Amino acid sequence: MFGYLLKRLIQMTLVLWVVSVIVFLMMSFTGDPVFMVVPIDATDSEIAQARRLLGLDQSPLVQYWRFLTSLVQGDFGQSYVFRQPAMTLILERLPATVEMVLVAMVMAVAVAIPLGVYAGANPEGRLSRTIMAGSLLGISLPGFWVGMVLIYLFAVHWGVFPSSGRGDTAELFGLRISLLTWDGWHHIILPAVTLSLGTMAILLRMTRAGMMEVGRQDFMKFARAKGATRHDVLYKHGLKNALIPVVTIFGLQLGDLIAFATITETIFSWPGMGKLLIDSIYRADRPVIVVYLMLVALIFVVINFLVDLVYTLIDPRISLK
Amino acid sequence: MMTNDTQNPLLAVRDLRTYFHTFSGTVKAVNGVSFEIGEGEVMGLVGESGGGKSVVGFSVLGLIDEPGKIEGGEILLDGQDLVTAGEDRLREVRGREISMVFQDPMTSLNPLHTVGRQMDEVLRLHTKLDADARHQACVEMLESVGISQAAERLKAFPHQFSGGMRQRVVIAIALLARPRLIIADEPTTALDVTIQSQILKLMRQQIADKGASMILITHDLAVVSEMADHITVLYCGNVVERGKTRDLIETPSHPYTRGLIDSIPDTAHRHDRLMQIPGSVPDIRNLPKGCNFRDRCPRAQALCAQQEPVLTKQHATLWAACHYPLKPGETA
Repeated sequence: MFGYLLKRLIQMTLVLWVVSVIVFLMMSFTGDPVFMVVPIDATDSEIAQARRLLGLDQSPLVQYWRFLTSLVQGDFGQSYVFRQPAMTLILERLPATVEMVLVAMVMAVAVAIPLGVYAGANPEGRLSRTIMAGSLLGISLPGFWVGMVLIYLFAVHWGVFPSSGRGDTAELFGLRISLLTWDGWHHIILPAVTLSLGTMAILLRMTRAGMMEVGRQDFMKFARAKGATRHDVLYKHGLKNALIPVVTIFGLQLGDLIAFATITETIFSWPGMGKLLIDSIYRADRPVIVVYLMLVALIFVVINFLVDLVYTLIDPRISLK
Repeated sequence: MMTNDTQNPLLAVRDLRTYFHTFSGTVKAVNGVSFEIGEGEVMGLVGESGGGKSVVGFSVLGLIDEPGKIEGGEILLDGQDLVTAGEDRLREVRGREISMVFQDPMTSLNPLHTVGRQMDEVLRLHTKLDADARHQACVEMLESVGISQAAERLKAFPHQFSGGMRQRVVIAIALLARPRLIIADEPTTALDVTIQSQILKLMRQQIADKGASMILITHDLAVVSEMADHITVLYCGNVVERGKTRDLIETPSHPYTRGLIDSIPDTAHRHDRLMQIPGSVPDIRNLPKGCNFRDRCPRAQALCAQQEPVLTKQHATLWAACHYPLKPGETA
């Protein structure tokens, strides 16, 4: 167990290192950040001085070394635009994104699993066909369009939900959380629904495929021959056996939504990380982009590790090695 | 037209018809099968692959799935019909009154639940015992099917058992709620030959201990001849012959039964080559008029192509569906 954890830790560090190289290279190829910090009428000598201050006059290798050492020390630099530590900027907005994504994922699972199990257990039924047709819509409709339709219907037409912003938040452990206030919940519903539809559809289809596969297995019939109820056969015997691919996709989608909720956040003016990323890209705010990318890589690596742990909880034949 | 003389049979199947409605036509997998089993009796249900044996077993438990359907007949348990019974009643019957042992022990246990949990499930469903009593019952049952250190083994998962051990677990599960009838569908076919006789011996002993009855479904006449009190032979979804085991094995009257018996390897006989039944089972989706076996039958005559034979009384305890049955001492 300890050996496994150590191995995984080394692997994760390696992945993050590779990401840091890629991020550094990408940054070096995309424009000259000096012009972001100097005034528009700066003289050549002022530009050269700024370049020296930022360390951009050094060789790429030296620059990378300085980049890496400061990353390791947790120093991600100051935002060129906000004149604040880039990490602070991101962490301020992370809770907003994470809570929206969590609400979206809970919605997705709560709908996808029961419908997927039903559609997998009754593949020929009319209701199942309707569910599958609906899931196809969920996959193919683009998020920005769904978001705008929801705003039109629920905010403009019926006026039951607000169209933008985060509403009241309450503080918990120094973080601002919407889910602690009624107004926050009121605001989070529409963006979370928008964000959840795609994941919901994918998880539903994975669950259905898994259940159809499991349904053919002898142990399902044996469970029925023991006298188990249909519900127990499907959920206690079937679902657990269909869950491995569903959990895999769940992990990938979770990381994906946290990293790239940008469009939904923009439509609903949700003050999360995604919106900060877009703004930073427009302004070539290099330190913020770097922190963002490194953080996203870290989130993916950690989620993947957790997913692997969940596998072992589901299936005793999978062991940590 | 019953072969056994039980007054009140535990299970009576009358004219059972189970059809599968597929794209390429209706498969009459079971087409008018009748038999009876008394308390404590073992009945062998014999036939080639595709003869409808397993479908009979699943029909009794109401486990026929789409596109299959029981189209007619009665399955009487203590005189109560299971064909018309609701799902709730069937769930009481499954595991409690009638349980089943499947062919392949490698796939009949849920790989993600411990053996203990899978055993416990039966007791939770069918008894009012508390957790301790259930645990105790599971330990005792596992020991009685020959698994040592049972308390420890309850915590193990199926993949930690060998095939023979898993089939012992399956048998333990089948016996746990003290059912009155066990349907064993080819219980030893997937096992090593050396394990087969162990498992058969175990089943025979357990069933005798508990006073239960058994339907032993198999293609292996040698196996049933050791275990069964009486035998029903199926061919293309129909009963072609039945009777007491000894009569049926020693002096079969149906040419198909004769063929099955002759194809058992037997060191005592002086056959140079193993006998076989020529041809193969006809396409069950469009069976020919008349006797289904006539194309493979050495005794077939013109009548066999025109008229379907019905079960009629033969010598000793035998009933057979044949226009030209064998007399004792006659060979095909």
